[in-house]
Amino acid sequence: MEHSIYKYILRYSMKQQVILTVLSVLSFPALYYYLELPKLIINQAIQANDISFPVEYIGFEFDQTAFLYLTVGLFLLMVVINQAFKYVINVYQGITGERMLRRLRYELYCRILRFPLPTFRKKSAGEIIPMITGEVEPLGGFIGEAFALPIFQGGYLVVIMSFLVIQNWVMALAAIALYPLQAYFIPKLQKKVNLLGKERVRLVRYLSDQLGESVSGVEEVHAHDGSNYMRAMFSNQLGKIYDVRYRIYLLKFVIKFLNNFIQQLGPFFFYAIGGTMVINGSLEVGTLVAAIGAHKEMAAPWKELLAYYQRREDARIKYEQVVEQFEPVGMRDEDNQLIEPEEIPRLTGELIASNLELSDDTGNRILDGLSARLKLNQRIAIIGPAGSGREALTQVLARLIDPDRGRLIVGDLNLVTVPEAIVGRRIAYVGQHGYVFNASLGDNLFYGLRHRPLHEVNYTGEAEAARLAYIRNAELSGNSTDDVDADWQDYALAGVEDQETLRDRALEVLEMVDLGDDVYRLGLRSTIDPDQEPETAELVLAARRLFFDKVEADPSLKNMIEAFDQHTYNTNASVAENLLFGTPVGDAFDLDRMAENRYVRKIIEEAGLTETFLSMGYQVATLMIELFAGLPPDHEFFQLYSFISSEDLPDYQALLGRIDADRLDTLREEDRLRLMSLPFKVIPSRHRLGVLTDDIEEKIVAARQRFAEELPAHLKSSIAFFDAEAYNPATNLQDNILFGKIAFGYAQAAEKIGTVLSQVVAEMSLRGTIIEVGLNFQVGSAGGRLSASQRQKLCIARAIIKHPDIIVLNQATSSLDLSTQVRLMKNILEEFSDRAVIWSLDHADKTLDFDCVMILKSGRVAEQGEPAKLKETSTLYKEMLAAS
Amino acid sequence: MSLKEEVEILRQIPLFAKIDPSRIKLLAFTSERLTFQPDDIVCKQGDIGDAAYFIMAGEADVIVDTPSGPLTVATLGKNDVVGEIAILIDIPRTATIKAKTELTTLKITKDVFFRMVTEFPEMAVEMMRVLAERLVRTTDDLQKAQERIRNGS
Repeated sequence: MEHSIYKYILRYSMKQQVILTVLSVLSFPALYYYLELPKLIINQAIQANDISFPVEYIGFEFDQTAFLYLTVGLFLLMVVINQAFKYVINVYQGITGERMLRRLRYELYCRILRFPLPTFRKKSAGEIIPMITGEVEPLGGFIGEAFALPIFQGGYLVVIMSFLVIQNWVMALAAIALYPLQAYFIPKLQKKVNLLGKERVRLVRYLSDQLGESVSGVEEVHAHDGSNYMRAMFSNQLGKIYDVRYRIYLLKFVIKFLNNFIQQLGPFFFYAIGGTMVINGSLEVGTLVAAIGAHKEMAAPWKELLAYYQRREDARIKYEQVVEQFEPVGMRDEDNQLIEPEEIPRLTGELIASNLELSDDTGNRILDGLSARLKLNQRIAIIGPAGSGREALTQVLARLIDPDRGRLIVGDLNLVTVPEAIVGRRIAYVGQHGYVFNASLGDNLFYGLRHRPLHEVNYTGEAEAARLAYIRNAELSGNSTDDVDADWQDYALAGVEDQETLRDRALEVLEMVDLGDDVYRLGLRSTIDPDQEPETAELVLAARRLFFDKVEADPSLKNMIEAFDQHTYNTNASVAENLLFGTPVGDAFDLDRMAENRYVRKIIEEAGLTETFLSMGYQVATLMIELFAGLPPDHEFFQLYSFISSEDLPDYQALLGRIDADRLDTLREEDRLRLMSLPFKVIPSRHRLGVLTDDIEEKIVAARQRFAEELPAHLKSSIAFFDAEAYNPATNLQDNILFGKIAFGYAQAAEKIGTVLSQVVAEMSLRGTIIEVGLNFQVGSAGGRLSASQRQKLCIARAIIKHPDIIVLNQATSSLDLSTQVRLMKNILEEFSDRAVIWSLDHADKTLDFDCVMILKSGRVAEQGEPAKLKETSTLYKEMLAAS
Repeated sequence: MSLKEEVEILRQIPLFAKIDPSRIKLLAFTSERLTFQPDDIVCKQGDIGDAAYFIMAGEADVIVDTPSGPLTVATLGKNDVVGEIAILIDIPRTATIKAKTELTTLKITKDVFFRMVTEFPEMAVEMMRVLAERLVRTTDDLQKAQERIRNGS
C-alpha cells in the first residue's frame, strides 16, 4: 500500500482531483466580478463618479436608476453562479471522498483476510475494528478536498489579493503583512499537536482493546471480584487520554488565538492608513469600503487554508498510522485468494512433508525439521506430549500457518503455494473451538460451500438497474462486485445436485455429528411463513389432524390437552387468550396489558362484561391482598405467583379501602383500569380462583366472535387467529401441531403429549421437514444461542459436508462428553473410510481404531505405524497408552 | 375444585390444623393441583423426594419392593398425606405410590414449603409440635414392641 496519503489519493482518484481543480479554477472569474461589482455600484451607479448618464451599454441606453438595477442584477447573478459552483464542487468532493473511503476500508479489510494467523496473537479485534471504522472516517472528507480546497481557497485568496493590489498596492501589502508571521509560527505549533495526535490515536486504540477484553473476559471479572481493578485501569487509561487531549486543546487554541489576532490586525491598518489617505484626498471612500470588504472576504479563505493545513496533518498521521498496522510480515499474496483455478484437483496418493520448520515469535522451535509421509486413504492419529508441535503441525497441514521452511507436496502440487481455492475446498480443518457466525444454522453449515457466486440471479427492470449501479459503484471504488444474493452453494463440491439433495445430505451429516435431535427441537420451536413454505405448512396441518385423532382415541390423553375450539372456553388459557383467540403479532395487543387497549375495552363493554370484569377484578385484588400483604416486598412469591407486583400492592390496598364493592360502576377511570387489568390474567384450571362462572365464560366466547368480526382494518394484521383449518404463522411448529393448551394439573401431561407428538412425527416422516425448518434458526452473535457443544458439532458438520479429501481435526471433539466423543469419532472414521483423516488427539487410547498413528516429540516424528504394530514394538506408544 | 375447597381439606390435616387460614390459602394457591390417571406412579421407591402430596380425591396404593416382588402394604384415600417426611429431610422414598383410581392431589414442593416455614415461624412451631407428638407415639410404640419381644422370649 502507498505509504503517503497523497500518493494514495493520486493513484486512485487522479481524474476526480483534476476535475475538481478545473472546476475550482473555472469559478474564479465569477468570483472576481462578484468582488468588483460593489465598487461599481457605489462609485458609479450610486455616486455617479466618473460617469455621465444616460450611459450606453451593449447597444442599450441606461439612465442612473436603470444602471443601478443592471449592476445589482449582475451582482445577484454572480452570487448565484458562485453558489452553484460551490454546490457542484462540494457534492463532487463528497462523492470522491466517499469512494476513496470505501476503497480504503475495503483494502484494509482484504488485508485482514490475508494476515498470517500469528498476527492475531498480537493484534486484537478491539484494536483492528476502530481503525477501519472510526479512524479512517475523517480521511474520506479530507481526500475529497485534498487538492481542490487549497487550489480553490488559495486561488480565491489570490483573486482577492489581486483585486486589492489593483485598488491600492500599499493597502494590499498592509493587509497581508503579517501572514508570513503566521506561516512561520503555526507549523511549529502544529507539529507539537501532530505528535500529541499520534499519541492520542495510540491511546484510544489501547482503550478499545481494553474494552474488548472486559467484554470477552467478563466472567473472570465477576468470578474474581476484579471489577475495581478493571475500573481503575480504565480510569487510568481515560486519564491519559484526557491529559493528551487537554494539551492538544491548549495548543489548538493558541493557534486559533494567533490566527484571529493577526486577522484582526488587518482592519487596524486599513482604518489607520486608508483613513489617512481619504483625509488627504488621495483615496476615494468607495475604494476604502470595497477594500475593507475584500479583506473581510479574505479572512474566510485564509482561515479555510489554515484549517485545511491542520486537517491535512491529521489525515496524514492517521493514514500512516493505520497503514503501518496493516502490513505485517508474511502476509498472503492477494492472488492466492483471488485465483480460481480451472480445475480443482483432488488430493490423493501421498502427502509428503519434508523438513518442516516453524518458530513462534519468541524464536522457540515448534516444528524442528519434521518430515513425514501420509497416505491420503488412511485415517491417521497424531499424538504427542505438550510442546511436541501437534497443534502446529495440524495447522500447517491445513495450510492455516505457513512454515518458515520446508515443503508440503501432494502429487505434483506444492501445497505451500497453491491457491486457497484448492486448499480450502479439498482440506477441512476443525480446531478445538470452532467459530460460528452470526447467521442461521444452515448458513453456518453451508459456509464451506460458498466460494464463488455460481448461479447469478436474473434481475429485470428496476432491480437490474439497481444491480448495474451497484456494480458500477463497486468498480469505481475497487470493491468486489460479487452478488451476495446469488446462489453461492457449490453443490458439486458437496457431491449433490441441487438444494433438495443438499438438504438430504445435511440431515445425514447432522445425524453423523449428533446434532439431528437438537436441530429438530429448534425446528419445532421455530416459526415459518406459510406463504413461502406452503408445503411445510400443509404437512403441519396434516400432523395437527393426526395428533388430534390420536388424542381423541385415547381417553387418558383427552384431558391432558385442551384444543382451541372457536365455540368453547379454554380453561387452560388465560382470559386474555380466550378473548383474543389468537397470537398477537407486533405490539398492538399485549397479552399482559389487555385492559389498556381501547378496542378490547370496547368489545368488553359491548358484550356487557364491564361490570363482571370489575367485580372479578375486585375479587382477585381482595384475594391477592389477603394472600400476599403479609410478605416482604422482595419475596419471590410476588414474582412467581402474584397477579399484582409488590410495588403495586399498596395502591390496590388503598383502592380497596376507598371503594365500595357494590358501586363499582362509579369508579374513577384509573381505578377501573387497575381492576379491569386483573381478570385478564386468570387461567381457571391453574389458579382455581372460582371467579369465572359458566355464564361469564359463555359471554367471553360470544365476545371473542365479535372481537374478530369487528376488528378494524388497521388491526387486522396484529393478530393471527386460531383456526383449526389454517396454519398460524405467529406460533411455532410445535404449537401449530398441538393446537391447544397442555392441561394444568395432570401428572406428566407434557411428557405424555410429547410422546404422542413424536409418534405423529414418526408416522408422517416429518423429522426431515422439521430439521429443515430448524436450519433457519438464527444462532446469534458468535453462535451465542447455541451451547458450546452444539457450536463445536456444527463446525465439524460444516467440515464434513464440503466433502474434503483431507479432514484435519485438532482435538476437535475434546470439549464434548466422553460418550459423544466416542460416537462422533466412530461416525467420522466411517465417513472418511477411503479419504484422509488427520486427527490430533490428547490420549493414546483413542488412537486404536486408526489406520496409522504418528507420535511427535520435540517437533519431529518419533514413531509412525499401525497402532497394533506400534503396541508391540514401540515403548513410547506403550508408555503413552499406559498413561492414558 | 376451587381454592376454597382445597383450603378446607388442608385444614383437616393435623399439621395445618392450627395455622391461620390465610396462610393455608397462600400455600394452596402457590401449590400445584395434580391429577393422576389410574396406574400412574406418584413417586417411586428409592427416588429422592422433593414434594409432598395431599390427597384431595381418589385412592392410591402404597407398594413396597420385597425380595418376593412388589407388595401393596396400604391404600391411602382422601385427606391422607404422602411423602411429608421427604420435604423435611433428604431421604429416598420408602415406598412406591401408585394411583388406584383417578387421583387428585395437591403437590407441595419442598421449596414452597420451606419458604412458608421461614416466612411464618408459627408454621415451624406447629410443625415441631406435630413431629414431637409423632415421636412420643413412635417411642411409645417402640417400648410396647420391645416389651412384647421380651415377654415373648
